[in-house]
Amino acid sequence: MYVKQISVFLENKAGRLWELTEVLRDNGLNIRALSLADTTDFGILRMIVNDPEQAFQTLKETGFSSAETDVLVVEIPDRPGGLAEVLKIMTRDGINVEYMYAFVEKKKGNAAVVMRVEDLERTISVLTEGGVTILKAEEVYAM
Amino acid sequence: MKILDEKIECISSEGMRSLQLERLQRLVEYLTKNSQFYQGKLEETGVAAGDIRELSDLTRLPFTVKADLRDNYPFGMFAVPMREIAEIHASSGTTGNPTVVAYTKKDIELWSMVMARAISIAGGTPDDIVQNAYGYGLFTGGLGVHYGALELGASVVPISSGGTKRQLKLMHDFGSTIITCTPSYALFMAEEAREMGYDPRKSPLKVGILGAEPWSDNLRREIEAAWDMTALDIYGLSEIIGPGVAQECPYKNGLHIFSDVFLPEIIDPVTGRVAEEGESGELIITTLTKEAMPLLRYRTGDIVTISHGTCECGRTLPRISKILGRTDDMLIIRGINVFPSQIESVLLQVEGARPHYQLVVDRIRGLDTLEVQVEVGEELFSDEIKQLQGLKEKIRKEIESVLALVVDVKLVEPKTIARSMGKAKRVIDRRSA
Repeated sequence: MYVKQISVFLENKAGRLWELTEVLRDNGLNIRALSLADTTDFGILRMIVNDPEQAFQTLKETGFSSAETDVLVVEIPDRPGGLAEVLKIMTRDGINVEYMYAFVEKKKGNAAVVMRVEDLERTISVLTEGGVTILKAEEVYAM
Repeated sequence: MKILDEKIECISSEGMRSLQLERLQRLVEYLTKNSQFYQGKLEETGVAAGDIRELSDLTRLPFTVKADLRDNYPFGMFAVPMREIAEIHASSGTTGNPTVVAYTKKDIELWSMVMARAISIAGGTPDDIVQNAYGYGLFTGGLGVHYGALELGASVVPISSGGTKRQLKLMHDFGSTIITCTPSYALFMAEEAREMGYDPRKSPLKVGILGAEPWSDNLRREIEAAWDMTALDIYGLSEIIGPGVAQECPYKNGLHIFSDVFLPEIIDPVTGRVAEEGESGELIITTLTKEAMPLLRYRTGDIVTISHGTCECGRTLPRISKILGRTDDMLIIRGINVFPSQIESVLLQVEGARPHYQLVVDRIRGLDTLEVQVEVGEELFSDEIKQLQGLKEKIRKEIESVLALVVDVKLVEPKTIARSMGKAKRVIDRRSA
């Protein structure tokens, strides 16, 4: 159920993000979704790629500080209120979201929301009970 | 201009040498009798008090280094019992033990005397108002200047460092004629003044006695133009006495070192060979007349040149150059001594790892700044912003408490810090020193 997200430490320096995307390109790695969190002097790039293991190794070898993090990707209907329903369930059970970002998956046209929470196990059971679809890792990588 | 202590400041070279020899002999006797530390050291070297027959015998005496002071923390270097001690100072923080220095009442008189000379050499008289913006407290700068101003008979405003607005207001309202502070602070104050709509050139200041950090002639010109005053260098270090070891006169031909009480040598820091006149080397000082904590051949780590011969001001005291460099990697930032190893051990404590780091020293709007760049390797990296921000804050607070200096911490990507021959370059100093 857990999806491996790749996070990379980036200094706020012109061209750094571009260099990273070139490394991914040269290694045939495709980005499914990404988000960039920034502070005044550094940022963290978080992304879902087609092959997280290879991406992690490649980035390591090319000198980037990166990490693999377990996240959940839930599928929600792409309509007003879709995300609110999911968050309602989570809030009711006191589950906090550390961060999240979303993309639209191509096949069904639904929204896919990547989220990082503290207790993955519990979140999965709460969401499953609430009827929310949690995407399998392989599905996400292949999207 | 009147010379305060003409008998000494204009003494003949023979007169000086015989005074120094007599005092050196007495010092070695004194240490043999009173200092446990030097009893051991002299025995090791195999030199007895009677062996000092001429001044050149000085080179037979052992060196003293900063580590000796740390190793004998807190009171192991004292040559008098505690009841004779009048004042104790300590360096602001190091990772190991601070450096403790102490004074008897007579040592304070010595300090007052050399500092009075220093202020007088800079042109100060009893008619002057000395605004003393060196920090008061364990740092020797504030009290040293204070004692000297009192001894000279000048009026002293013990304002201490910081509080720029108040500095400027009192300077204006009191009519301060001499400012004592670090050169970077003098420049910073001028900029603040202009920002407040006050022209620093119209200030009552005539002279700045500036020290506690190395500075260049360029910075002197800048400060002199900004304040329309004479900016003169003062040299000192707490191990020897504090401020008041050497002072520049308005002819700006080097700093007159008070060699009647602080016997200077310039040597090649590696071979120990005595440097020729005008040749640069490490300044070594023997305190000839101190009681509480006299030092034999103390290695200051400061690289200077020395020149003898009479100065245009009439003084015969030898003159040392401004500090040309250091024998170690010590940095002086806003008057505070900083060793890269101190920052390294903070990082080690905070992280348990040994991250790569680099210190970037700069002078922004006249004020020295220290930026500590820490490489975020895999072991430090966290996926969460708040973790990284927390790490940054923790490192900053730890370093600030160790150095007693405000720093900026910047997290950088791995391998961004230039490495030469596999060894990281630890310090980038962008000040025009």
